[in-house]
Order: sequence, then C-alpha cells, then structure tokens
Amino acid sequence: MTAPLVEGATGPWEVVIGLEVHAQVVSNAKLFSGAATAFGAEPNSQVSFVDAAMPGMLPVINRHCVEQAVKTGLALEARINLVSVFDRKNYFYPDLPAGYQISQYKNPIVGTGTIRLDMKDGSTRTIGITRLHLEQDAGKSLHDVAPGASHVDLNRAGVALMEIVSEPDLRSAEEAGAYLKKLRAILRYIGTCDGNMEEGSLRCDANVSVRRPGGALGTRCEIKNVNSIRFLQRAIEYETQRQIELIEGGGTVVQETRLYDANKGETRAMRSKEEAHDYRYFPDPDLMPLRLDPAWVARLKAGVPELPDAKKDRFMAAYGLSAYDAGVLVGDQVAADYFETVAKGRDAKLAANWVMVELFGALNRLGKEIDASPVSAVQLCGLLDLMADGTISGRLAKDVFAAMVETGKDAAIVVEEKGLRQVTDTGAIEAAIDAIMAREAAKVAEYRAGKDKLFGFFVGQVMRAMGGKANPAQLNDLLKHKLAG
Amino acid sequence: MSLDKATVARIARLARLRIEAQDQERMVGELNGILTWIEQLRAVDVEGVEPMTSVVAMDLVLREDVVTIPGDRDAVLANAPAKEHGFFVVPKVVE
Repeated sequence: MTAPLVEGATGPWEVVIGLEVHAQVVSNAKLFSGAATAFGAEPNSQVSFVDAAMPGMLPVINRHCVEQAVKTGLALEARINLVSVFDRKNYFYPDLPAGYQISQYKNPIVGTGTIRLDMKDGSTRTIGITRLHLEQDAGKSLHDVAPGASHVDLNRAGVALMEIVSEPDLRSAEEAGAYLKKLRAILRYIGTCDGNMEEGSLRCDANVSVRRPGGALGTRCEIKNVNSIRFLQRAIEYETQRQIELIEGGGTVVQETRLYDANKGETRAMRSKEEAHDYRYFPDPDLMPLRLDPAWVARLKAGVPELPDAKKDRFMAAYGLSAYDAGVLVGDQVAADYFETVAKGRDAKLAANWVMVELFGALNRLGKEIDASPVSAVQLCGLLDLMADGTISGRLAKDVFAAMVETGKDAAIVVEEKGLRQVTDTGAIEAAIDAIMAREAAKVAEYRAGKDKLFGFFVGQVMRAMGGKANPAQLNDLLKHKLAG
Repeated sequence: MSLDKATVARIARLARLRIEAQDQERMVGELNGILTWIEQLRAVDVEGVEPMTSVVAMDLVLREDVVTIPGDRDAVLANAPAKEHGFFVVPKVVE
C-alpha cells in the first residue's frame, strides 16, 4: 500500500507519525514498593515512604512487573534484553517527590519488535517497535481545588509503566488509530495492561511531522495529553493541517510540545520552558542491572496465549470469515470468545452476523461493553438453535432477541411466553391464505393475469395475518400452489 | 573538555541549586579538576572489560507482587509543610 498523502495548496504532503504509549502494568503492588495500585482510592492512601521519596528509603523491584514487561515484549515479537539497566531521569515537578523518575534509558528491557495493522480495506501494514522500557509513574496534581495552589496525590507515584515507542512508520491518523487499537488489544489479551484510557491506564503521545513525499524528514511536534483513540486521530489531523498551512504560508515548524484540547479540537503550544529538556540520565546507584534467566524467558514465551493476529488467521481459515469480520471479532478477546462459543457446531457466518450486527448493535444502543452483555453467548446459542430446528423463523428471531436483550431471559422462555412458536400446521397456513385471497379477490385476478410481482404482497399479507409466525418456506409453497388455482 | 561559568550556572539551575556569582568561579575550578581526573582515567585501556556497576558484585534483588504497606496517609503527610483534604498542598504549578 502506498502512503496516503495530504493535498496542500502547493502540492501533496506525507505525514510521518511515531507514537509513545505509556501502559500501566497490571500488578497488585508498585514497581519499587509494596504500596497498592488500585484506581480511585482516597488521596495519598496508597503511598509508601519509597513512593514519597523519604530519605533513606531504597527501591526493591517487583518481579511480576518485570514478568509483565517481558510478556509484552514477547507478544510484540520483540528482542528481550537479558541485561537491562535502570536510570534516573532528573526533573523537578511537585508530583515527582524524588526529583527523578526511575526509568530505563540506554539499556531497556525490550528492544525492537513489530506490530501488524489491519486496515479497513483488508490490507495489512507492519509497524516497527523501537523499544519498551519499565519506569515509574508520577503522582497527580489537581490545580482547581483552591486558587494559587496545586494539590498533590501520590497514589499513582511509583506505579509501574511500560513505555512503548514506535518507529516513525505511521503515515495517517487512521493508521495511528489502528496502531493504538491493536496495541491495546494485545495488551489486554496477555493481561499486562487493562487498556483503560479514561482512567489513564493507557496514555499516548504522538510525534507528528510533514514532508514532501520521499523528502527529508520535517521538524516534529509532540502532542501530549491524548486520552482516547478518537482524540488521537483528531489531534493528528489538526496538527497535520496546522503544519502544512504554516509551511505553505512561508513559516517554519518549531520543535515543541503541544497539548491537545479536546473541547476546542485543536493543539496548542505548551508554555515553553526556559531551557530545553535536559534530564541528565545516569544509572540509578540504588539498583543493580536487571539480569533475566533465558530459561525463565523461554517459559514465559511458552505461556503467551493465542494473540489477535493468529486468532484472526484461524477465524478466516476455520470459519470462513472475511478479513474484515475476523479483524473486528478478534479486536476484543471477550468478543472473540463469545463468537467462538456461538459458532462452534453452528453456521459460523450466521453466528458472526448475529454477533456483529444484532449483538453489537444492541450493545451500542445500551452503551454496554460485551462483557456486560444482557444476552450471554450460551443464550444466543439457544436462539440460533431454535431457528435451526424451525421452532421460530429468522424474522421472529430478531423480535425474540430484542426481548432477550430487554429481559435477559432465555430464547425458549421468550418464545413460549409470547407464543412466537412458528406455525408449521399446513391447515392453519392454508386457512390464512384462503382468507386473504377471499379479501383480495381483485389482486388475485391481476396475479393470475400475469402480474407476478404481486406474490410478495400476498406473502406479506398472510404473514401479517399470522403474526409473523408462519413457516416461510411452507407459506411460499402453499401460496404459490393456491394462487396458481 | 572544560567547563565555563555559564555551564556551571546552567547545571546549578537544572539542579535547582543557588550558587552565587562569587562562588561560580570556584566551582568552575573544582568541576574542571574532576573532569581532568576523569580524562586521566580514560587513558586506561578497558577493552573487553565489563563496566563495573557497583563495588559489591551482586544481582538485583526482586520482590514478590504483594501489597506490604498499609495505606498510612497521616504518616506520609506528617512532614508536609501544607496539607488539605488528604493532599499535599504546594504553590500552584501548571505546565
């Protein structure tokens, strides 16, 4: 696929994007202390003296956080560095009590990897991962509690983060969105980050620049503070236009950090620092290099579950799904499992259709995620089975499903309660046909004179008279026969 | 490599240290002395020698993923110059 270009006033431009994602590691305790990590606790109620940087306190690393980073690296098909080093990144801010963040600079725990993107047109793109490193999160400052003051909560300080940096391989807002979506799906599959952007478990900064196609790289701006995939795409689109208009108007892009304002839908420069960032990294003398046992890494590798790409390929091969359908279903592990439960032993394409159209549609209307679905996978199986054995028609199945969504009841119970069982009694169907033909004698004559198109009209009338419960195949046969005279 | 007064002032600013103008000249001398010493060390051939990260050769100790610290907010806030509603309070800093 060739890179999508953006048309400016003076010709086409290519957009170059790299993403830095901060993913909060799923763990009970923090990266270097035994304080809890739960979201939404009372301010400063989950803070150890290490997190508060009290004098004399020493960090001791959490084995599980290391394991989570390695698992993530393996899932990204990345190089695992058996020796990595923790460094101090020095800067001053009220929510960073030590005056430095423990991070990894020259020797991260995970090196280069790749991520595969599934584009809407069915094509795929491979994006390079530069690195993944472990670091501490900072605390949180609230600026609106009282005028002239900032209120600091250190609950988040010291929680383990994985910073995952992509190569500048992304070429459009759409690709950036697809990258973030895919990365989030992978993290959720392996359970190393819950991917919740609203709670800040997954945060994204975007480096954006523009250039003439194939030309030298332009100056980039870093957009911070993007907390949803939709906002990421909007921020990139806005920033792309801003840079193109700036350059075409005779200006130059200045390398700077910009904030995305979701309310105004624009990016704006952050108050520029008097001095450029100079973090003066150096190895943290409190921590020895982290050495991993290759056998331990191999065990973790063996435990990596089936990931979205492999699952997608399997869904296409085993169930005959299209690339698009398979891609949508594997985007969320719960949805993929739901589909497989329904598809097993049934018509897989019908199952995919019900999950993606009826179920997703209902969830969308209710504003619910699939793991809170009012209709379980087993219940949907029940509905499909009632269709398969002829108890209800496909048309009535949608009504039954709507009732299931509303009440949470099983399909069989809804069918009984509402009396929706399909009528296969030939006599009953014939009686209904006779009644309609008697009522619509003129139309019967027209039909018999050659107006074949009226057949659909008769089907509709009989169906309506029978409350939609007639077996459609039987109705068709009987009707054809009777109309023929 | 040698430092000048402007660099010393910049390093001090980055570390949030106030070094008065009359002390900067002395710092230039002291820091350059350290750098000269490092230059001397660089003359040693360390080809093939693994960097020493600590005077005590030991591996990083790892801890299990267990919450061991009861949330003791009062203890954490005890020395704070200003606190309110369970928060540390500092002069407004907005980036």
